[in-house]
Amino acid sequence: MSRARSGGARARPPIRLFRNFSSKLAAIPMVLVGLGVFVGGTIWTIVHSFTDSRLLPRLRWVGFDQYERLWSTRRWLVSIENLAVYGIVSLVLTMCLGFLLAALLDRKIRYEDTFRTIFLYPFALSFIVTGLVWQWILNPEFGIQSIVRGLGISGFNFDPLYNPDLVIIGLLIAGLWQGTGLIMVIMLAGLRGIDEDIWKACRVDGIPVWKTYVVVIIPMMKPVFVTALVLVTSGIVKLYDLVVAMTSGGPGISSEVPAKYVYDTLFTRQNLGQGFAASTMMLVTVAIILIPWAYMQFREKRQ
Amino acid sequence: MKKTLALLASTSLISVGSAAFAVDLEVTHWWTSGGEAAAVAEFARLFNENTEHNWVDGAIAGSGGTARPIMIGRITGGDPMGATQFNHGRQAEELVEAGLMLDLTDLAEAEGWRDFVNPTSLLDSCTLDGRIYCVPINIHSWQWLWLSHKAYEDAGVPVPTNWDEFVAAAPALEEAGKIPLAMGGQPWQSNGAFGVMAIALAGIEAWEAVHIDQNAEVAAGPEYARVFEAAAQARAFSARSNVQDWNQATNLVITGQAGGQIMGDWAQGEFQVAGLVAGEDYSCLPGLGVNEIISTGGDAFYFPKVNNPEVEAAQLELASLMISQEAQVAFNLKKGSLPVRGDIDLAAANDCMQKGLEILATGAILPDANQTFSPDTQGQIEDLMVEFWNDPNFSAEEAQRLYVEIIASAD
Repeated sequence: MSRARSGGARARPPIRLFRNFSSKLAAIPMVLVGLGVFVGGTIWTIVHSFTDSRLLPRLRWVGFDQYERLWSTRRWLVSIENLAVYGIVSLVLTMCLGFLLAALLDRKIRYEDTFRTIFLYPFALSFIVTGLVWQWILNPEFGIQSIVRGLGISGFNFDPLYNPDLVIIGLLIAGLWQGTGLIMVIMLAGLRGIDEDIWKACRVDGIPVWKTYVVVIIPMMKPVFVTALVLVTSGIVKLYDLVVAMTSGGPGISSEVPAKYVYDTLFTRQNLGQGFAASTMMLVTVAIILIPWAYMQFREKRQ
Repeated sequence: MKKTLALLASTSLISVGSAAFAVDLEVTHWWTSGGEAAAVAEFARLFNENTEHNWVDGAIAGSGGTARPIMIGRITGGDPMGATQFNHGRQAEELVEAGLMLDLTDLAEAEGWRDFVNPTSLLDSCTLDGRIYCVPINIHSWQWLWLSHKAYEDAGVPVPTNWDEFVAAAPALEEAGKIPLAMGGQPWQSNGAFGVMAIALAGIEAWEAVHIDQNAEVAAGPEYARVFEAAAQARAFSARSNVQDWNQATNLVITGQAGGQIMGDWAQGEFQVAGLVAGEDYSCLPGLGVNEIISTGGDAFYFPKVNNPEVEAAQLELASLMISQEAQVAFNLKKGSLPVRGDIDLAAANDCMQKGLEILATGAILPDANQTFSPDTQGQIEDLMVEFWNDPNFSAEEAQRLYVEIIASAD
């Protein structure tokens, strides 16, 4: 950041450190808060995940005990599996649906504003509200199932939230409904950034529209895709409120997710050590996603 | 530091000068349903009438699980309230150990709490190293089987009087299109129901060995195998009860769609609100009608340290008031719970509550699981129970094996 700013500086003062001194001074609090809160907090959490802290943090070392217990806990394993399934399916579907909707809107259709608003609107709702609404819609007693049965098809069964094997589909429906709109808007912005001349050139060359998208437009939109990818994945890792509102982890423990495990162990079960171990594992997951992205971004900048 | 001390001293001098000093005492709790709010309002009324202090109500909506993290966060974060609710047991143990709670020993000895608190185990739960840190308020017991007379009439079988008859009558209920056992899907309900079956079917000795001595061998033994078998049976009985909250499950019993429900004595408030009469429209079987024992869970109040003599005086006044005879009667009649004093008369209580009082008087009581296990162990058992209860393929043997593992590492 400071490098970007220093580019626009006026005459150069003799000492490098004092270049743009006032803006550097102004950035100090932000840098300190950033270091203290994010880096300091992260280190503190990781350090305490190697202790047997209960309700209050204390430094009594137990080595990797908390991690051993974590990885032999059924609920944690189920959580990881759920997150993987939800993550992969939701990632693929949000990206595909988001791009598809954006491409359709970009075909210069009538009432584009109206459609855009409709698609983006769910994003204005919190996950809690989304979860509650879909919990009602999917409730077999007065939701979709009872409406279809009321139409005369009495054998119709659709109660994903009460079936351990299907509950993840219920979560996906609500998650996609909520999240696709945002990705669509980001994709749409990317599409609008493509020069009109490129379209004209493709038309002159007689390339069909679908091929133009696949071969020309999508490769040009790489930065947009990367941004959308990071947004979607970080949203997936922290999946929590949707589950709490829709199923509270049930039926049984079939829709538990890692963030909920962390919250429950930290706060209701008063086991800080175990909760910190779980949140450190979540941090590792996020790092696995973010480090390649950051590496890519910085390498591009250097070039 | 010296300056703040001087400032504190001078303000306290002024306040002493202006006669009685009224303190606004914030009291946090999670009593928000109709009956609960009415009960806690009795405390507030008595506190405002009998002392010069003011009760500031700090109700936290949700449940204990939502409220406790907020309360603990405020106490450890240096923003303590005047008084706060916790359940009997070990939820506040570490806060007491860390010296964050007010010592009530002098007050307790002056008023002779140990002479009238019944059972004294409630006071033991408040005690650490011989010092008392909380006021027990009420007793709630888990060990009740609530039965719908209508459901059994419709099915044409007599209302069961114990668990074995309940099991025998279940097929008739199934045939009549009823759910034999109503059960909500939340973890604490499955765990609670299992605990009730353990006391009733494994017997007191086995239960004490597992819960108090944390003896994993007994947990792996034949007594507990029987409990897991019965729980697997109960799971089949409750397969069709697609509800989450406990009161929705109770409602299935009230409307006669379900035969029975294993739930704590707080369920009787629901029957009362629905206008049902105990003994005519519904029955309650303590200890599943097998072992007439109740566990003595419930609520206690803790007073975080504030380092302000006036507030401390008000805290002690509130502590003394909460355990007084007048407050105990007023509060517990509204709450539907049993009083912690053995020396008061609750003639106004209904049938089921009287049954509870009788059992309490005979001394057939056990501590609550919250008193014997840490919240961490309780949580692990909840995870196991909720999975077992919702997955018909989860065998009783496998569940028992995992249960033994938890008990072996319990604290």
